[in-house]
Amino acid sequence: MAEVGVASRALPRLDQDNRFFWTAGARGELLFLRCRNCATFVHPPRPVCRHCLSENVLPEAVAGTGVVDTLTVNYQQWRPGLTVPYVIARVAIDGAPGVFLTTNIVGCSVDAVQMGDRVRVIFEQHGEVFLPLFEKVPL
Amino acid sequence: MTDNYAYITGIGQSEIGVKLARHPLLLTLDAVREALAEAGLALGQIDGVSTYPGRSAAYLGFSPVGADELIDALGIRATWYAGGMEITSQLGAVVAAAAAVRAGQARHVICFRTVYEAAAMARPEEYPPLRRETVDGNAQWFAPFNALSAANWTAQYAMRHVKRYGMTREQLAQIALTDRANAVLNPRALVRKPLTMDEYMSARMISTPLCLYDCDRFTDASTVLIVSAGNAIDEVSCTPIRIEAMAGSVERLSWDQAEWMACYPTGEDLWKRTDYKPADVDTAQLYDGFSFQAVAWLESLGFCGRGEGGQFIEGGKRIALDGELPLNTFGGQIGAGRLHGFGFAHEAVVQLRGKGGARQIPADPKVAVCASGGGPLATALLLVRD
Repeated sequence: MAEVGVASRALPRLDQDNRFFWTAGARGELLFLRCRNCATFVHPPRPVCRHCLSENVLPEAVAGTGVVDTLTVNYQQWRPGLTVPYVIARVAIDGAPGVFLTTNIVGCSVDAVQMGDRVRVIFEQHGEVFLPLFEKVPL
Repeated sequence: MTDNYAYITGIGQSEIGVKLARHPLLLTLDAVREALAEAGLALGQIDGVSTYPGRSAAYLGFSPVGADELIDALGIRATWYAGGMEITSQLGAVVAAAAAVRAGQARHVICFRTVYEAAAMARPEEYPPLRRETVDGNAQWFAPFNALSAANWTAQYAMRHVKRYGMTREQLAQIALTDRANAVLNPRALVRKPLTMDEYMSARMISTPLCLYDCDRFTDASTVLIVSAGNAIDEVSCTPIRIEAMAGSVERLSWDQAEWMACYPTGEDLWKRTDYKPADVDTAQLYDGFSFQAVAWLESLGFCGRGEGGQFIEGGKRIALDGELPLNTFGGQIGAGRLHGFGFAHEAVVQLRGKGGARQIPADPKVAVCASGGGPLATALLLVRD
């Protein structure tokens, strides 16, 4: 289990749209829907391409790396049991232009994360849900 | 007088407090009564109701009173009403009402926003808090990572200004300092004590770069704005304030997939619908649930360029009561309380009518801009006293 600065998390309710995304970490994969007609990535996942309206959208694995687009260090204990501080970041996903994930950067001190840092996915398992967290890529 | 504009006529506001015992429907009624009295209207002349976000059953403190309940409880004979969250933010309820009166669906519409979040925290059995062990929809992309508050989502945009454009904490502080200075002069404001730069700089962090004083706090209150049709303003006794232009645009309905928050396209689109220019604006009342949102609105509305908001407010003189662009003269949400969007339109009308008392801005203001939201949802109104 990855080291994380939080004690508990709300989990996504799996449905026909999001199941592939939240469960792919079991195979170590980070998947996003991609349109087979115009190659646009569709995120959040929906059964239609927001660019060309094709319904031929299918999950595709990306490298699992990315860049910290922006971040914040959260110090507020929003609910009991939450261990603070922790880093919330918006990660630009390599190979999927225009797609961002809000996530946590873990495995380092909260002061060590900067915009522009290169990061890679690690998955935190909660039953059948695998949350994509990110850690810094060593230089 | 007959025209096809919509006007804000009566305005009203309840007591603003924390953990109030007064029933939220009665707070709403307090605001309705004040608005009717100011407009010289009787309840029987009201034929429309518009609210944001409607009764919020999953989190009652957020919105305990809906249009349905107000209509039935007060015996309003409505020919048009609306209430809902899927609209361009809080003041979207005013935009909907303006569209309705211009289309002839109603003549005088009560627009209201009632908040009861502080009372709800004190009385969780009556007003249950939001529970989310499992999440879906947009929340699934944030809550699992404990990005639980709009403070976190807004902070990420603010951090980009810090890193990319060099916004400093001392610059950002001017929103809270201005709000708190103005709130001292507003008898109804929640916090009536000025904030010093030292207090701001030593405050604990909530979500970097936002500290405690960059955030509004839960409040109990109701705000009412009556929107009247152009061919019905002869019936009101107060100075009607014309809604010159309205905007509520969006690029992505998301807190993390958009490059720029929705205030930016909304601000641009507002000026496409009017011949007025940013330089004509006498006062700006801009959403500041988190201080950075007001900075983003200043940029969005063209008072300065993108990324220049920190420099624009530096030192605070420009946005002070006697500055070139007085901002949030009632104290904003950080000083006056979390009225959730409606307070900004209320204050714009107060100032345009010259009724601001100790906080009234000089030079007979005629044009005001007000805005709500700003993240994935945004609304801007340009208000004019003819």
